Amino acid sequence: MSATSRLQGKRILIAKPGLDGHDVGAKVIALALRDAGADVIYTGLRKSPDFIARVAVEEDVDALGLSILSGSHKELVEQVVAQLQRLGSSDIPVFVGGIIPDGDREALRKMGVKGIYTNAMKLDEVIASLAEVLQ
Amino acid sequence: MSAQPAGGNREADEPKGIPTAVPSGIEVPVVVTPDMCRNSDIGTPGEYPFTRGIFPDGFRGRPWTMRQYSGFGTAEESNERYRFLFAQGQTGLSIALDLPTQVGLDPDDPMARSEIGKVGVSISNLSEMEVLFRNIDLGKVSTSFTINGSAAIIYAMYLACADKMGVPRAKLTGTIQNDILKEYVARGTWIFPVRPSMRLIADSILFSNKTTPRYNPISIAGAHVRDAGCTAAEEMAYTLANGVAYVDELMRRGGAPDDFAKRLSFFFYVHMDLFEEVAKFRAARRIWARTMKERYGVADPKAQMFRFGVVCGGSSLVAPQPLNNAIRVSIETLAAVLGGAQSIFTCAFDEPFQIPTESSAELALRTQQIIAFESGVSRTVDPLGGSYYVEWLTDQMEAKIVELMQEVADYGGAVKAIEDGWMQLRVAKRAHRRKIDNDSGATPVVGANCFRRDDEQAESTMEIFTLDPGASRRVLDKLAQVKTRRSEADVQGTLAKLGAAAAKDDENLMPYLIDCCHAYATVGEMVQCLKNLWGEFQEPVRL
Repeated sequence: MSATSRLQGKRILIAKPGLDGHDVGAKVIALALRDAGADVIYTGLRKSPDFIARVAVEEDVDALGLSILSGSHKELVEQVVAQLQRLGSSDIPVFVGGIIPDGDREALRKMGVKGIYTNAMKLDEVIASLAEVLQ
Repeated sequence: MSAQPAGGNREADEPKGIPTAVPSGIEVPVVVTPDMCRNSDIGTPGEYPFTRGIFPDGFRGRPWTMRQYSGFGTAEESNERYRFLFAQGQTGLSIALDLPTQVGLDPDDPMARSEIGKVGVSISNLSEMEVLFRNIDLGKVSTSFTINGSAAIIYAMYLACADKMGVPRAKLTGTIQNDILKEYVARGTWIFPVRPSMRLIADSILFSNKTTPRYNPISIAGAHVRDAGCTAAEEMAYTLANGVAYVDELMRRGGAPDDFAKRLSFFFYVHMDLFEEVAKFRAARRIWARTMKERYGVADPKAQMFRFGVVCGGSSLVAPQPLNNAIRVSIETLAAVLGGAQSIFTCAFDEPFQIPTESSAELALRTQQIIAFESGVSRTVDPLGGSYYVEWLTDQMEAKIVELMQEVADYGGAVKAIEDGWMQLRVAKRAHRRKIDNDSGATPVVGANCFRRDDEQAESTMEIFTLDPGASRRVLDKLAQVKTRRSEADVQGTLAKLGAAAAKDDENLMPYLIDCCHAYATVGEMVQCLKNLWGEFQEPVRL
């Protein structure tokens, strides 16, 4: 499949939970996903886990990407996952991007996170990884 | 290459070559000849238009300030840390506040719970600030607060704290970042819509000029858009455009630029292209001086001077082969010195993957000291002045920055460009471009996209400060106690007066905020009072 269409037809929500204001990573990923053919929705800053889960369900997305750089990823991911569960939509795959220490990866995976992306990764690698999970 | 480091280089891992243009997009000729330089604007150090620096004697008279940044946790822990630093001879404090404080939420707000004390200290009311500065003489230390959305409130609280400690307000020195415009573009701790936020900033600056004349009430920052991905020219252009917007607002509120402009200061990143960085600062001094003189009729040279601090490192540092970062920081520090910075913060080489250790933080400071005292570069003012390349590049950067500033002006000015999300979109698209260029190797980054080692672990091993779980409980308990101790009538009374004053467009809100702080009203209560009137910023999400 060509690089420009690997995510063709996929609806992806990029969200910023919590109070962290660093949104450039989220926007760069959103632009890259769009270039790869995805239909991208970006929530903007400072959204509650409840709001994010509701948007994910209402917009019927194929994937949810959470961008967190404040160090609160464990708490916030847990809360978003719980809200998805409450809405009966635990099947929406959740991905996390930002500053994620290696030591926390296992905990996030146990919560059901399907992919963890930091800025050490190339955009192409992120898209390839997402495309594989969403196949 | 004949020398193979242990572990071995990958084959064909050479960079694609040295880019012939500086990252701001100016194509550089192989040789710059004297006829290519304008020369007319170079002037003398300490004299208009200050191309060669704002002081006639450069660093010979006074070295730059070496300002390192530290501290987080509860007010008690931070206070202990500050007193330790003073015992080590430090004279200034740089205070980081947690995200709830920065966005005006009290610790007991549901959105705040998981972020109490995480990226800085939690200060929700005057009693916390009294703990933070316990046994510290605010008349003697210089304090710097990294706060923007709720800056006017924290500044009011600082004054209330000084009042309680019996320190005359006029003796206070330090800086409060107080630059809301770049928060909408890159750092994200906005609270109110743009226009009422501009009013709060003008109120605090005008009040500070009269009440705390030695205090810097704003630090207009380009560092955050730069680290997000902007070029050096864009960083400077958007920051100067924001500076112009603040000057316009201050004049609208009756401020005299000859007075307030003396206390405006700026803050930038320095990344790796040495001559581009030097040219950026030389050009900016010229543009700002000219803008203040020609556009605003400022006569006092002190009010035409472009004063700035810098941070070296940030996103120019990478996790692979981390010792390389120490070399990067030393080149960037050299650029900052040759560019004439007033204060420099150097990042530690291990910052891309962990909280700096004592020794890496020390090396960062030693880097500055070696450049200051061993390299000899501070011996004469603007040692690069007259270099064909530097003068040519200064002219080119100036033209580029002015062109980008004109784009903002043509759009309707920085306030409108930000309200509409235009500037945010420009920054996001540039950040995307930079990531693509780093990924492809078009911008060589040694160890990251060229000269890599196979045995290098690509994964980040970043450690994050973890607050002791009891700390957020203690913060919540302290808040509950303050709420039972304080006079509810005083709180409601001062908040009502704040609301009434905010409803009038021309009233300075600082005295009302100080009264609220004295009554132990919380940051969240003051912010809510103003939100009731002004609403919240509605983020224009454009991609």
